[in-house]
Amino acid sequence: MTQAEWQSTTTPTTEGAIPGKRKWQDYFTFNTDHKVIGIQYLITSFIFYMIGGVLATAIRTELATPESDLVSPELYNNLLTVHGTVMIFLWIIPAGSGLANYLIPLMVGARDMAFPKMNALAFWMVPPAGLVLIASFFLEAPQAGWTSYPPLSLMTGKVGEGIWIFTLLVLGTSSILGAINFFVTILRMRVPSMGINDMPLFCWSMLAASALILIGTPVLAGALILLAFDLLAGTAFFNPTGGGDPIVYQHMFWFYSHPAVYIMILPLFGAISDILPVHSRKPIFGYRAIAYSSLAISFLGLIVWAHHMFTSGTPAWLRMFFMITTMVIAVPTGIKVFGWLATIWGGKIQLNSAMLFAMGFISMFVIGGISGVMVAAVPFDIHVHDTYFIVAHLHYVLFGGSVFGIYAAIYHWFPKMTGRMLNEPLGIVHFILTFIGMNLTFMPMHELGLLGMNRRIALYDPKFATLNLVCTIGSYILAVSTLPFLANAGWSWISGKKAGNNPWRALTFEWMTTSPPAIENFEELPVLTSGPYDYGSGNRNPEMEPEESQSNMEAPPGFIPPEEARAGSPEP
Amino acid sequence: MQGSTIDPAKTALNYHHETEAAAHHEEHPDHRLFGLLVFLGAESMIFAGLFLAYLTFRVVAPVWPPEGTPERELLVPGINTLILISSSFVIHQADVAVKKNNVKGLRTWFLATAVMGAIFLAGQVYEYNNLEFGLKTNLYASTFYVLTGFHGLHVFLGLCLILAVLWRSRNKEHYSGEHHFGVEAAEIYWHFVDVIWIVLFFLLYIL
Repeated sequence: MTQAEWQSTTTPTTEGAIPGKRKWQDYFTFNTDHKVIGIQYLITSFIFYMIGGVLATAIRTELATPESDLVSPELYNNLLTVHGTVMIFLWIIPAGSGLANYLIPLMVGARDMAFPKMNALAFWMVPPAGLVLIASFFLEAPQAGWTSYPPLSLMTGKVGEGIWIFTLLVLGTSSILGAINFFVTILRMRVPSMGINDMPLFCWSMLAASALILIGTPVLAGALILLAFDLLAGTAFFNPTGGGDPIVYQHMFWFYSHPAVYIMILPLFGAISDILPVHSRKPIFGYRAIAYSSLAISFLGLIVWAHHMFTSGTPAWLRMFFMITTMVIAVPTGIKVFGWLATIWGGKIQLNSAMLFAMGFISMFVIGGISGVMVAAVPFDIHVHDTYFIVAHLHYVLFGGSVFGIYAAIYHWFPKMTGRMLNEPLGIVHFILTFIGMNLTFMPMHELGLLGMNRRIALYDPKFATLNLVCTIGSYILAVSTLPFLANAGWSWISGKKAGNNPWRALTFEWMTTSPPAIENFEELPVLTSGPYDYGSGNRNPEMEPEESQSNMEAPPGFIPPEEARAGSPEP
Repeated sequence: MQGSTIDPAKTALNYHHETEAAAHHEEHPDHRLFGLLVFLGAESMIFAGLFLAYLTFRVVAPVWPPEGTPERELLVPGINTLILISSSFVIHQADVAVKKNNVKGLRTWFLATAVMGAIFLAGQVYEYNNLEFGLKTNLYASTFYVLTGFHGLHVFLGLCLILAVLWRSRNKEHYSGEHHFGVEAAEIYWHFVDVIWIVLFFLLYIL
């Protein structure tokens, strides 16, 4: 029996009421259902995204003119510090946790995460930590940037810096507890019929991201503990005046914070690998290559951190090592990108919002990836270090990559989470505004950086004024682009079109149950009978239309049918 | 359960759900041990980070310990180390006992471990009180206090776990030969704290 046949026989019908729908109060309680926690994470992080967006808009408004006319330079420092911290630690990382919480148990056919109470605990650490950070504006906000390098961070105000350290320690703990859950659930709770090479690719990428969280975050915690002692107890670990070494902080900080980039992008790599095959009705190209490249990224991600420190007096031989490892990381990333392109090659592409954002993700992320290889080169990096070129690069990766990916994932899985479809025209308007706004905001920053405009400073030379005005206009378009999405999500959640169990005709387990899934997910645990991406191959997908199977004949050169790809090299 | 205010149909549903959940719980193997090991892996990364920071400070400094740092005696920390290492063997006896359904033996050995842990912490406090340098004297002193203090915090936590197991085992039925994850967890955590101390002792006192 194929998965689709299985689905038609054992899934409960969805006539009438929406099954598995929760009361709204449940989302405000300490609930151990992974689906509730997933949505709690997603909505909380989206609220912080909007707060971070308001801060970003304030920053861009200040930078519309060379003078300091909107906010004082001190307030500007507060704004950029909290903006960076919120976007990284309260938006992208928790949003990834939200998707992982919602999807992993469903994808592997489990009834919940391995440790549901710990899962709920991990979520409930996020809102208080975030609120404390935002509330610091009323007391004294941190000023030392999201990197918080000493000795600067030891000189800019104890209260603000103390709040920043507290926030990060709590969020880091939450992140570790979440990662333990993902790791154990993926490795130990798959249905018996699902081998590790049958998992959806999202699970692979979460496995890699969880490993990074488990290895990296504790080291950041160690650095923050020492920094807290320097700040509050007057020790001198990182303070050169007392014999300490600020470079040690930078090493410890980047040992986490470079992998953090992969913690932020890997979940979305996985989500994209799941979204593209569904909407182009083709098997994923190179399942194992994409799966194992996640592990390669996560291993290499741990040995590249000092490329953030090329101008910190790092010895030349060490810079060479980190330059090479950084450039090598483009290889597994390139494997993924080529795999995605080969997946949509010749596919029957449905240009809906999820697919548009997924394709936007690939194109924007490639631009950020290429500028990443540029800044990996030591001589070039020394030239552009601490300029807007870096700001452009990181926003192409984190906005063009992670945020586009999160949107793609929301458009793709919203029907599963709520039981209702999002409105397509509004979704396309949202995509076009986001795409234009993003490029208008961040593309000119490349040139600003090459011309020598420093980042993190409220005032700048009047010769940069025109390009900065363009960036500011772009950021306003970005701010506006959120509105159609909010309207769409809010309206569709309440009265959108009913989605049914499997609106995209997808093959992974999460679509084999009701939308939204009932408590404990499956009436009867599903049995894996075909691969997760066997679209249009042979008789495995009876829901396929005849012309779809025709269009699948045009495979890209070198295409290996999924059953062979999964079986590895043919027997001699 | 709150009793009469609950709608009987709903209670039945809840009951059904709970039994169902319990049944599911029995279906799959216990993941707590694996989860604990993953957690300890992450935990050891904090220590790895702090140890490497310490070694870097040490390598970069022209003189280590910095000139004028008072001498430190090895007697009390040496005895402390012996006590902590032996306590790992003592706590293992508890594991042997509980696997033979011997709850009384479990309680005895856990009590012995708790006493040894408490002596270790007392020794640490004694050492702190008799050292001639304080937290802020120099970088050497700061790393010494933070590393041993952070480890001491873990010993304290392990002690709390042991006491929690002792408290729970008042009920003879609580742990048995088959069900004794609490005992196992406390034991593994205690071994972990012990191993960290051996590395720490080597780095701070011997190297």
